[in-house]
Amino acid sequence: MTVLAIAFIFSFLFYLVLTAGSGKVLVWSIEEICFGIIFSILTAILVKKLWLSVGAKPDLRILNPKRWAFFLIYAIGPLFFEITKANFDVACRVITGKIRPGIVKISPGMKTDFGTMMVANSITLTPRTLAVDVDDKGNIYVHWIFVKIKEPRVEDICSSFPKWIKRIVE
Amino acid sequence: MIMLIIYILLAIGIIFQILGVLSLYRFPDVYTRLHGTAKCTTFGSIFIYLAVIVYGAWFAFSGNPEYAVLSIHTIIIMVLLLVTNPTGAHAIARAAYRSGIMPKGAVVDMLKTKDKVARK
Repeated sequence: MTVLAIAFIFSFLFYLVLTAGSGKVLVWSIEEICFGIIFSILTAILVKKLWLSVGAKPDLRILNPKRWAFFLIYAIGPLFFEITKANFDVACRVITGKIRPGIVKISPGMKTDFGTMMVANSITLTPRTLAVDVDDKGNIYVHWIFVKIKEPRVEDICSSFPKWIKRIVE
Repeated sequence: MIMLIIYILLAIGIIFQILGVLSLYRFPDVYTRLHGTAKCTTFGSIFIYLAVIVYGAWFAFSGNPEYAVLSIHTIIIMVLLLVTNPTGAHAIARAAYRSGIMPKGAVVDMLKTKDKVARK
């Protein structure tokens, strides 16, 4: 039931954001709101079926607004800064052609799969590092465009990402 | 003034897009090319989206509220791009490694040992 309600609320909010500015009831038209409710109920039923088929339990800690605030700060602050820095680095390497590629292994030590996924996505979003594979223990195999150290610590690849992601999802 | 900001954002975006395309020719194999094409182009796209957002917000605040829709939709596109782009790049890299393409000129390859352990 909780999954149904959460899926309904989020898909309805998403529909409202997409159709903002269509009419006179606040900023939405009545037709759009009716269709939004119908399609949100359909989406919620589909999501519920997906959850049941996977057999996963919903992790409600992510609904905490403090975690969302942390996520926004993380996305705008450290993540965007690292992306900018690395982009200029890769831009220089494109022009000079100075590369020393290799695949290294790091263990960020996240407890949940979702945390590992967020670390891997952050690593991949930053140029010069690219997550190639993940094993069962949560170790990430990273393709690094300029290998400085052959057995790097976590901070060498992704400066402070795991610390932030621990605050967000764990 | 606002147009100058938009032009600067567009210029930054296009410069990074060009660098991303150049990296296709400069780099030797699929992994290093992914660094340039998948990421530099994302960074360039972010700046082009920012230009659109600033354009929409400027017109919305100067008396045409319907332009706010432009900004909202562009923000949604930006978030979706930032979520799906690393997933796609990771999928390409993993598929390339699984189909036996080794990174060219690699100094170190930790993934090779992992595969051997898995086969035992």
